[in-house]
Amino acid sequence: MRLLVATLCGLLFGAGLAWSEMIRPERVLGFLDVAGDWDPTLAWVMASALVVSLPGFALIRTRSRPLLAARFRLPTSAGINGTLLAGAGIFGVGWGLAGYCPGPALAALSYNPGEALWFVAAMAIGGVIAGREWRDSPADKKPLPDPPAPP
Amino acid sequence: MDALPWFAIGGGALIGLSATLLMLANGRIAGISGIFFNSLGGPVNERLWRLLFLAGLIIGAAVTLAWLPDYPPAREGFPLALVIIAGLVTGMGTRLGSGCTSGHGICGISRLSGRSVAATLVFMASAMVTVFVARHLLGAG
Repeated sequence: MRLLVATLCGLLFGAGLAWSEMIRPERVLGFLDVAGDWDPTLAWVMASALVVSLPGFALIRTRSRPLLAARFRLPTSAGINGTLLAGAGIFGVGWGLAGYCPGPALAALSYNPGEALWFVAAMAIGGVIAGREWRDSPADKKPLPDPPAPP
Repeated sequence: MDALPWFAIGGGALIGLSATLLMLANGRIAGISGIFFNSLGGPVNERLWRLLFLAGLIIGAAVTLAWLPDYPPAREGFPLALVIIAGLVTGMGTRLGSGCTSGHGICGISRLSGRSVAATLVFMASAMVTVFVARHLLGAG
């Protein structure tokens, strides 16, 4: 049953990304280009998602456990630290370079495989590189990596 | 604004519904980067739901495209090297930063997580600066 729900949630998420045109990097880059011909689509998508999920999560918080599992699996809160902020900063560079973040890149596999396949493969490799570095020293105690310069 | 962008509102609502349902039923965060990285390795019973979610994501998008006859054609001629560099950087950043637009931007903000609000502000700002530099200072794109 849990596997069925996971599949259904994936279908809904993918349908949402396609319908809202977030699988089109032009839309995303148009939103990020605040100094150009600004495209508000991404803001509408995010606002609409939050209009559903903010009250949804508020209701969920009143429950002691999920419907189909023993407990909620939430990230252990490490506080706002350098690793989090550096990672977010680096991710933003990658997002702005091509207009793909992980969800839309995966959802675009059928729409623009010529770009999305390469992006997803490179993303997996990038994660492995960062993951290996992570294991070398205790989490959040290593020096900050230098953000890569945009080419 | 004359007409509301219903495609964006409808699509966003589906994304919010997906994130809410996954937490309500399974107690899991619908963060795509986390689901993606944890689907690549580890015990099979931890990977299976993630692989099914990702399969659903890809199929859900494909089916929706088939239903929308006037969908704009995919971008052409964008430099592949830039796509690959962007993928590498995105993989490193989301792994270090423990999340992306969905995990931090939607689920995290919905949980009222300070970490996720901070991460979302930083990656939005960083992406806007990147686009500004690429488009307006270097004249690309």
